[in-house]
Amino acid sequence: MKKSKGVIIGIIIFLAVVTFPFLYNRGKAAPVPELVLTETAKAAQQCVRSKDYMQREHMKILDLWRHTVVRSGERVYVNPQGKEFNMSLSNTCLDCHSNKAEFCDRCHDYASVRPYCWDCHIDNPKESK
Amino acid sequence: MLELAIRGSKKYYGWMLLLLGIIGVGFLFYLKQLDFGLGITGMSRDVSWGFYIAQFTFLVGVAAGGVMVVLPYYLHDYKVYGRVTILGEFLAIAAVVMCLLFIIVDLGQPMRLFNVPLYPTPNSVLFWDMIVLNGYLFLNIIVGWNVLEAERNGVHYQAWVKPFIYLSIPWAISIHTVTAYLYAGLPGRGFWLTAILAPRFLSSAFASGPALLILLCLFIRKTTNFDPGREAIQTLAKTVAYAICLNVFFFLCEIFTVFYSQIPEHMDHFKYLFVGLHGHGAYVPWMWTSLALMVLGIILLVNPLTRKNEGVLAVACVVIFAGTWIDKGMGMISGGFVPNPLHEVSEYIPSVPELIISLAVWCVGFLVLSALYKIAVSVKEETRA
Amino acid sequence: MDSSRRQILKFFGISALAMSTKPVLDAFAAGQAAGDAEANEHTQSGPDALKARQWAMVIDTREFHSLEDVEPLIEACHKIHNVPHLPVKRHEIKWIWETEYKHAFPMKGARFMAEDLQHRPILVLCNHCENPPCCRACPTQATFKRESDGIVLMDFHRCIGCRFCMAACPFGARSFNFRDPRPFIAETNKQFPTRAKGVVEKCNFCAERLAVGQQPACVEASEDKITFGDLYDPESKVRELIKTNYTIRRKQSLGTEPAIYYIV
Repeated sequence: MKKSKGVIIGIIIFLAVVTFPFLYNRGKAAPVPELVLTETAKAAQQCVRSKDYMQREHMKILDLWRHTVVRSGERVYVNPQGKEFNMSLSNTCLDCHSNKAEFCDRCHDYASVRPYCWDCHIDNPKESK
Repeated sequence: MLELAIRGSKKYYGWMLLLLGIIGVGFLFYLKQLDFGLGITGMSRDVSWGFYIAQFTFLVGVAAGGVMVVLPYYLHDYKVYGRVTILGEFLAIAAVVMCLLFIIVDLGQPMRLFNVPLYPTPNSVLFWDMIVLNGYLFLNIIVGWNVLEAERNGVHYQAWVKPFIYLSIPWAISIHTVTAYLYAGLPGRGFWLTAILAPRFLSSAFASGPALLILLCLFIRKTTNFDPGREAIQTLAKTVAYAICLNVFFFLCEIFTVFYSQIPEHMDHFKYLFVGLHGHGAYVPWMWTSLALMVLGIILLVNPLTRKNEGVLAVACVVIFAGTWIDKGMGMISGGFVPNPLHEVSEYIPSVPELIISLAVWCVGFLVLSALYKIAVSVKEETRA
Repeated sequence: MDSSRRQILKFFGISALAMSTKPVLDAFAAGQAAGDAEANEHTQSGPDALKARQWAMVIDTREFHSLEDVEPLIEACHKIHNVPHLPVKRHEIKWIWETEYKHAFPMKGARFMAEDLQHRPILVLCNHCENPPCCRACPTQATFKRESDGIVLMDFHRCIGCRFCMAACPFGARSFNFRDPRPFIAETNKQFPTRAKGVVEKCNFCAERLAVGQQPACVEASEDKITFGDLYDPESKVRELIKTNYTIRRKQSLGTEPAIYYIV
């Protein structure tokens, strides 16, 4: 019995520590962010792929792009509709989506993912400085 | 058996807390390094590997040195080593842990560490080094733990452990061979481009590892009720004696080839280390000290009168450990980078944060070693009581 | 071994098996689903891209007399590639730089060479070796020899910063980002990425310019003092120059087959 007492206290402490983040943030859920499209993006109607696909798989496309550009030197992406794009995060994606803060960061912050794209890739290619 | 590691005297707790304290300080400096980059070290464009990789290289040797007790005991049934094999295996575990940590603290992008197994590259020696080091770690954990547990339970260890024991012997040789191949296959680095590098590494390993083991045995005998045995210590001392002789011999072979051939690309590194080059010679006093220590070690250990005196033996082991440490843990890496491929001299001096982080990694090793030795000694005391 | 432990081991064994087969099954499932939607998606090189079996360069060192002759080339390269200018020499990053003959070609100098040759600035950069020791050393294939045109490239996304390639390179062509380079880039070229701290970098033979039909920046800035072309095209200008001039390469004896040829 003496031993089981210690074990029970241990389990309680363990549960308290593990559930702390959930209890601490209880009732404070952040609202789902709204994405803002720039005028250029709206005018373009469709992205490289369909909106639905981009929402789910944009990271896969970016991974394909960076792999292909860096490793095999092919720089042109042809989508299923036959339209060609220069595979460049800074010069193609951000050409339309020049509002990184409202377009990329919002969702990434909400989902708590921190892609390291911007450590190297320029996030404001259109701004003069 | 793990519970044995957390039951101990006040002194044991004090020692462990001290180690944890230093590790904590070192970790803060490591966080600083993560934030700023490797620029907080003394490494440069020209000397792109420094103290971390040198410690790694030296400690691979210490880890491999454990085989010097495992081999006679398991292959030749040399019963005297029955009491110390576990100490050799546990020393190897602690040393490999340090090796892996030194690799990690040396990486510019440590969070991408798993790119190595993710993109397996058999033509890279570093890929093989990852395999042999981790393999050696697991072999020693499996063998050491099972044999010790069997001893505690008063039974013979299980039959399935035996193949792992046999495997661990060539594996020990492999870890230091592969580590030498990291350097010995690089064109344009004349200092390392020599077939004798792996044998040199191994001989220095079989001197430094068992020398440390002797010191640990003497310490254990003094502070606990477990006696590793005078004969075991004496036999180990002979191993150290032969190994350090070989190490100096291999070094002289290298010196002959390099200086008789007079090829500047090979000579200049030795000149830099031992007499200075173009006015740079930060390592000159260290290298001569190292050589003097190794020669002194030979004198003290080859002579039976001094070897058999355990006080002198302890001094000799410290001398040899220090001598081989300077040779490999300081000179071996920076010596290979100076002069650089364009034949310019830029010296490398480790920075203070770099030394503190290194000290902390050593402390992690000693923490692991202390816990494992505490377990091993407690079991030995139990079974002999 | 008691039966409960045996059961636990069995459980772990089956779990491990399940975990290792799941990705394989997933891959099959994904392959089927992707089959319809992604069938037509593909990548290709641009219409203007320059192609070669092995890009090579011939540098006519006779045409370079003083620092003023080489600095515009170095500047052109470093500017478009966002190569930072770090104040501490230890942390220096350079893709192309100039040095004296004795440093560019150690052990290859005659003792009483002409003054001019001794002191003329020699441009050095990555040799894009045909048999590159750096690519052999890299544990993640982050640096690799591109099969399509022989350029030795860096994949900065994959580099773990172990610096094995720096030890392996016999030409000192590689630099390491000892700290975040961004604060030290005077004027950022927004068309080209910067690097993150902790990765190795070096000359990329202007792969990004070749892809759109442009010559490398240093070649363009050199006003024909540097010639660039396909080493395996007998009609190419580099082949012509190698045939009609005596050329040397850095540390040929090491067998790395550098693709930068020097006319001295």
